[in-house]
Amino acid sequence: MKTGAKLLVESLQREGVETIFGYPGGAVLPIYDELYDAPIRHILVRHEQAAAHAADGYARASGRVGVCLATSGPGACNLVTGIATAYMDSVPLVAITGQVPTFMLGNDAFQESDITGITMPVTKHSYLVKRAADLGQVVKDAFYIAGTGRQGPVLVDIPKDVMTAQIDIELPIGRAKLRGYQPTYEGHALQIEKAVALIGEAERPLLYVGGGVIASGASEEVLRLAELMLIPVATTLMGLGAVPCDHPLNLGMIGMHGTEAANYAVTECDLLIAVGVRFDDRVTGKIDAFAPNARIIHIDIDPAEIGKNKPVDVPIVGDAGKVLQSIIRRLARTEGREMWLARVGHWKEKQTVKDGEDGLSPAYIIGEMSDLLGDRGIVVSEVGQNQMWAAQHYCFRRPRTWISSGGLGTMGYGFPAAIGAHFARPDETVVDVAGDGSFQMNIQELGTVVQYNVPVKVVVLNNMYLGMVRQWQELFYDRRYSYTELPAVDFVGIARAYGVDGIRVEEKEDVRPALEAAFATAGPFVLDFRIEREANVFPMVPAGAAINEMIGRRQR
Amino acid sequence: MKFHTLHVLVENRAGVLSRIAGLFSRRGFNIESLAVGTCEEAGMSRMTIVVLGDDAQIEQVKKQLNKLIDVIKVSDITEQSTVARELALIKVAAEPGETRAEVMQVANIFRAQIIDVGAKTVILEVTGDSEKIDALETLLRQYGIKEFVRTGKIALLRGQKAIRSMK
Repeated sequence: MKTGAKLLVESLQREGVETIFGYPGGAVLPIYDELYDAPIRHILVRHEQAAAHAADGYARASGRVGVCLATSGPGACNLVTGIATAYMDSVPLVAITGQVPTFMLGNDAFQESDITGITMPVTKHSYLVKRAADLGQVVKDAFYIAGTGRQGPVLVDIPKDVMTAQIDIELPIGRAKLRGYQPTYEGHALQIEKAVALIGEAERPLLYVGGGVIASGASEEVLRLAELMLIPVATTLMGLGAVPCDHPLNLGMIGMHGTEAANYAVTECDLLIAVGVRFDDRVTGKIDAFAPNARIIHIDIDPAEIGKNKPVDVPIVGDAGKVLQSIIRRLARTEGREMWLARVGHWKEKQTVKDGEDGLSPAYIIGEMSDLLGDRGIVVSEVGQNQMWAAQHYCFRRPRTWISSGGLGTMGYGFPAAIGAHFARPDETVVDVAGDGSFQMNIQELGTVVQYNVPVKVVVLNNMYLGMVRQWQELFYDRRYSYTELPAVDFVGIARAYGVDGIRVEEKEDVRPALEAAFATAGPFVLDFRIEREANVFPMVPAGAAINEMIGRRQR
Repeated sequence: MKFHTLHVLVENRAGVLSRIAGLFSRRGFNIESLAVGTCEEAGMSRMTIVVLGDDAQIEQVKKQLNKLIDVIKVSDITEQSTVARELALIKVAAEPGETRAEVMQVANIFRAQIIDVGAKTVILEVTGDSEKIDALETLLRQYGIKEFVRTGKIALLRGQKAIRSMK
């Protein structure tokens, strides 16, 4: 005989779970009691939202399913933002929540919330486990659902009496059995033939690759296709690192804050090969003006993404890597795309480097950081200007080295996600690029990094504003900075109070030494860069404008 | 834009209806009618969903429904040969005498059953396609409809064809 809680922990072990991020409470005490001697590491965060983000960061850095644990009611509710973040970016996550005992369900009992109901729109699937005997199968199914097909978060809500029930049961053996869930991995042969023909005929092809390529591990295939057929590559925010930043065919990021080369190329291409992307509005701008003259091949594991925002000529449902392999196998090396490559190369060359002339520029700081870290860094970002500066100026060379909340744009994501990334890849230097606004949204996690000596380096690009909102106010609201100014915060002082070392930097010449000091420190470190206050992220495509209608420089 | 009839085979589990209804509301799809009940296979339910939309919207509805783990199969049966029925119960003001006789005559023509007779009202039960029920409702309105309730549409493919979980 064993308890439900014991069965749960055994099930997690069977799924290969090594690390859980969580926060205890009344309704999950039986699970915590089992974790006390289980060979699973539990990281105690300071806020449940951070548990979800940390599990998400863990998943993105490792490619494995991240796991977070919270109690019922407020604990579960605090996970919601983290679950929604993972949902929007298709991150495999299993969120386990405690629930009031089954006989109290629906009675508005103390710390009860209908968390399956609350999270239904932001989970791939969810379970309310009403019998301890079901726990093993539910955990198996939950991990299978989270980690396959288009990945995503799965919630497992467990009433307290289910955790304490005594049962005599072995764990289910074998695979999850779900008759309604059969993801397609291999592309349809006929569609692949059509794609091959289009790629062969195209004069101005462009690869548009996103997070699906990272999730599928298809970077190598993308690069092979690009090199074989001489196709330039534009990556989305989520696709950064899929192709090395310094590869000659890489045009950089596409979209609202994308490069001129990527945005012009998509406007002029005659064939768009979209791989693992979802034609998000932050990428496409005005949808009718996005790739207006191109035929479109769209490869995605989620059929619902194909044709959702933009009609597609050749839809291919399947795993990006597998589909690209099938396509590459049928292609012969091409020549004669010199004109197109020269045109694209011309845009790339004349791209202005937006280094700040006045004061401490974010571009300079990120550039120095990129230079110092070379190939050994994982960059996690918060959300806002800091995120875009990191995306624009850091040189990402490998997949899973860029971790950022793309779809939901969750401020406060970066710091806890960086903690998760560290536990997934302890050998890498993990940097959280933050803004002063975002950092303050989960700054309490300084307690967690101290407790577990997590050597995350926090690079605060501090402009004493909610920078991106202020930028929009500057450009589109006549510089009326309504409630976006933040008072100066002594981040180094706060860090020290928690027991974390830090430096404040105000001069350009101090940037590199400060970064070097941070990277040379074995533990966590906070760098407070007082950047120029009204630096903007450029180029920028105003919301709703065509993607090639970029604002390039400061409008004053 | 036109009405499409979707036949959806789902797992018979708690929360499935809520997932489907939630999917429709949050994606801005408008459900015209939805009928659900258990079916010939244990553990499964059949849903008939009528939804208004153009081809692209309906395609998206089908794909989104298919993404739900508890959904086993989605078929758009709008263009297929089907039998479809709705059931309605109509409480009509019908004083004994001439009015009541007229109401009963109308019921007869529509093959509706009188299933309850009160001092001043009768309740009619009618099954048929949506148009028939609409027509009856319109006719009875002149007598005064006290209460009117109808189920969603249910539908099956005609003949040998069937929508099943297994091939």
